[in-house]
Amino acid sequence: MDTQTLDAETLFDRLFPEGHAITRDGLFFSGTGTSAGRSVAVIGSVDAAPIGVELAFRMAGEVLAVVRDHPGRPILLLVDTQGQRLSHRDELLGINGYMAHLAKCLALARNTGHPILGLVWSQAVSGGFLASSLFADRCFALKEAEVRVMNLPAMSRITKIPLERLEDLSKTSPVFAPGVENYWRMGAIEALWSGNLARELAAAFSTHETADRRRARGAERGGRRLALDVAERVRHGAP
Amino acid sequence: MTSYYEASARERVAGLLDAGSFIEILPPQERVMSPHLLQLDTPAAFDDGIVVGEGRLGGRPILVAAQEGGFMGGAVGEVHGAKLTGLLERALDTRPAGVILLVESGGVRLHEANAGLIAVSEIMRAVLALRGAGVPVILLDGGQFGCFGGMGIVARLCDAVIMSEEGRLGLSGPEVIETTCGVEEFDSRDRALVWRTVGGKHRYLLGEAAEIVADDMAAFRAAAIAALEHARPDLSLAALEAEHAGLGARITRFGACRDALDIWRDLGFEAPDRLPLLEADAFRALAAGRRA
Repeated sequence: MDTQTLDAETLFDRLFPEGHAITRDGLFFSGTGTSAGRSVAVIGSVDAAPIGVELAFRMAGEVLAVVRDHPGRPILLLVDTQGQRLSHRDELLGINGYMAHLAKCLALARNTGHPILGLVWSQAVSGGFLASSLFADRCFALKEAEVRVMNLPAMSRITKIPLERLEDLSKTSPVFAPGVENYWRMGAIEALWSGNLARELAAAFSTHETADRRRARGAERGGRRLALDVAERVRHGAP
Repeated sequence: MTSYYEASARERVAGLLDAGSFIEILPPQERVMSPHLLQLDTPAAFDDGIVVGEGRLGGRPILVAAQEGGFMGGAVGEVHGAKLTGLLERALDTRPAGVILLVESGGVRLHEANAGLIAVSEIMRAVLALRGAGVPVILLDGGQFGCFGGMGIVARLCDAVIMSEEGRLGLSGPEVIETTCGVEEFDSRDRALVWRTVGGKHRYLLGEAAEIVADDMAAFRAAAIAALEHARPDLSLAALEAEHAGLGARITRFGACRDALDIWRDLGFEAPDRLPLLEADAFRALAAGRRA
């Protein structure tokens, strides 16, 4: 199947062949799906939604509702985003605080026993990714999905480093170029999914891991060699 | 008065903490540098633009981190971020009276964008884990580059943000918005517009900054000591539901406002255009009872 053009309904069907009841409202959706006989809360967005104050607020409200009404229910974040909404109004209202609030609500869910997984199924960019899927216990991605901070031409313009140089280096270094494979190598994406998504999802929810293991994964996979070591030295070193 | 805005990261640490109490971890002599910058022939720094260590504040043991705006605008890369995450995790082990973050950052360092983004996520996890363990995290924002991008999110995960009027706090910087959406969306060269949108006074009036101080090292120090004293980390469902209600009310009340001046007028200031002219103390006095 061509997942490049995967729409949300197809995604739901593939993740939850046992059934799902997910309601869309504009770019936002929420509801439940059944995975391995268990109800999973689903929260996400479509059409590469720019995440502004309203959408971040809405997602946070949904997380709080799950914590309040369904103790322990696993949460799956299916956020398709081009990043935070870029606007004067969002900054005026304090969009960073809304993003932080969403992250705090997810942390509350984590601390109260809700397993939380993220799945990047289309795209995930910068601030919109930070406050949502990247803040799950573990984040997965479809092989065809895209994760990035900035594309290379824009990065070249800003850093004044020639594009060819960036393109060349990105063949070996996962550190700055877009791509789910790069984020896998750096430990932020736990695994790349294709094929039977229902089986992948059930397997992922069969383990519950709340510690932040991303630095260790990045070191194991050779994509992020310093973060684990430097953090450990600061944590345990003599001043 | 010693300006906080003009000071370097090391000068801020020295000026804020109890005299002579600071001990740095992984100091520049250790040369823990970014290999990614070197690979792109970009100058690197021996401390990767962040100073971390232990010290005392008002006699109490604290951990402290200070970002150096003079190096790549305090942007977060792999090593830089790992030093901050490691410091926050160290506090989980040593349980100091608090962690003080002297932030000055444009966000993720583009030269190592993926590593920086993941590092910010790790910092976010570490801040909340630490607060969950009852150790307060206090953030100071009064440097030349402000506090933007992922660090702007980190700021709002902390127990308290202390700002000067010169401090700026947001997610996307005005330049980024102007470049992407056009000058009519956000004119980044209109300094008055920038300051009243993301500056300390507006953040204080919205309740995002817990305190606003003059651009003075001693004022920041006194505010940080007081914030440590009063911080009671609370990430309970009740606390987050209250925060949620507040953020919802903000959208309802101010969502249609076009400018900070409209919000300030709504808050009951009869001459909102006068607010930017006031010194911190006079401003604080006038703002009493009017904050959102």
